[in-house]
Amino acid sequence: MGEILRNYDVLDAFWMTIYLAFFSAIGALVIGTILAVMRVSPVGVLRWAGTTYVNIVRNTPLTLILVFCSLGILYILQVSLADEQSATSIRDNNIRWAIVGLAVYHAAFVCEALRSGVNTVPLGQAEAARSIGLTFAQSLTQVIMPQAFRGAIAPLGSVLIALIKNTTVASIIGVAEASGLMKEIMENETASLGVFLIFAVGFVILTLPTGLLFTWMSQRLAVKR
Amino acid sequence: MNARRIGAIGAAVALALGLSACGSDDGGDGAASDGGATTSSKKLKIGIKFDQPGLGLKKGTDVTGFDVDMAKYVAKELGTAEADIEWVQAPSPQRETLISTGQVDMIFATYSITDARKEKVSFAGPYFIAGQDLLIRSDDTSITGPDSLTGKKLCSVKGSTSAQKVKDKYPGVQLQEFATYSECLPALSTKGVDALTTDDTILAGYAAQAEFKGKFKVVGKPFSEEKYGVGLKKGDVETCKKITDAINKAIKDGAWQKAIDDNLGPAGYKAGANNPPTPDACA
Repeated sequence: MGEILRNYDVLDAFWMTIYLAFFSAIGALVIGTILAVMRVSPVGVLRWAGTTYVNIVRNTPLTLILVFCSLGILYILQVSLADEQSATSIRDNNIRWAIVGLAVYHAAFVCEALRSGVNTVPLGQAEAARSIGLTFAQSLTQVIMPQAFRGAIAPLGSVLIALIKNTTVASIIGVAEASGLMKEIMENETASLGVFLIFAVGFVILTLPTGLLFTWMSQRLAVKR
Repeated sequence: MNARRIGAIGAAVALALGLSACGSDDGGDGAASDGGATTSSKKLKIGIKFDQPGLGLKKGTDVTGFDVDMAKYVAKELGTAEADIEWVQAPSPQRETLISTGQVDMIFATYSITDARKEKVSFAGPYFIAGQDLLIRSDDTSITGPDSLTGKKLCSVKGSTSAQKVKDKYPGVQLQEFATYSECLPALSTKGVDALTTDDTILAGYAAQAEFKGKFKVVGKPFSEEKYGVGLKKGDVETCKKITDAINKAIKDGAWQKAIDDNLGPAGYKAGANNPPTPDACA
């Protein structure tokens, strides 16, 4: 086990996992918030579009989304997110498309978490906001969403934990993250319990504190009613 | 109410059947590992690749490929009829485990003999020496061998020995890694990558497939040596010796050459230097 840690850059691989998780979490939060607003908006077309997105993306395997991003969009449709002439275009493209794929996929779950947060806000709040003359946008940004976010922290934490673990799927399109390195070690050293343990412990180190932090935050920030 | 009761009975029956199936499987495993691979009355379980055209490919219930033909020959020499062979899928990361737990008796699955693997399993052979090579588009003249790769984009499988070798030996090369080689082929035909790299046998298998005929070619300048061996339970010298004899016989009587011509010949593949190999002594 010590030998594996000496011969392979395990930390570097986990750094890529964190990098992927960080940027796709931001992307998922942005897209997910927009979707949640669409799904609670008074405009029928927007509600329909939001619902359709969530139902399609949520029910598509992540593996398929990532292979589609790389093989389908990057290689067959040839939409590149990096300078094709640069010496690292393949690496950059894969990382960026992986972030796009992960963000798009988890946005559906973020949207549903936020919508559950919206449901924690009593209807009277929305009615009160409208009755004092706030527009839909104003009542959403000033009254509903701030409370919805605070009510949705626990489910958002679950989505983030799932996202950290789901970054392992990115290795199938060639991103050098933790599970990719695990495959490499297994090819060279043959599979052993030690190899699994190293990577399992690595992920627990990433996800356990995340879970604790979000539980603490959800209690701390919950709207007392 | 009635429907629910029938459903419950159905579930119970299915469960019982499932359990008994497991039970008989376990019994079979125990007997096979006790008796070794030589007992002819038992099914001989051979691990092969199911997804490698030209080497080990399963289509419906049919298995074809060079590894399969060699396995059939060796099994015959060990006294097992073809009908008594049970083909088991042996994906690369699971090969050592399949052998050490007795789920297969031997493995013919593009299994390169390496020192790290010798610590977990024993090898008979090599029965073939492959080399890492390049598969390129037929109209591409800019790649003539490993020396003309600088600035090119290569494709291989994540974590594979071939992928690691490219990263270590050719730093000027960009590498796209996918989960399987099949995913590299569309990228190669749309010019997203310039070459697919792995063992020449695997490349020849893809080039020989009907849908790719004429579109791709193997460069033919191998830059590594992969000795394919037969994976066996660690320390099984007796079976190893029998398999070594069978391999020698296959090379001598032409069955070895025929297996190559049948499976990899359509792509114009010729076995590289050092072939046919001399199997190592069993230790």
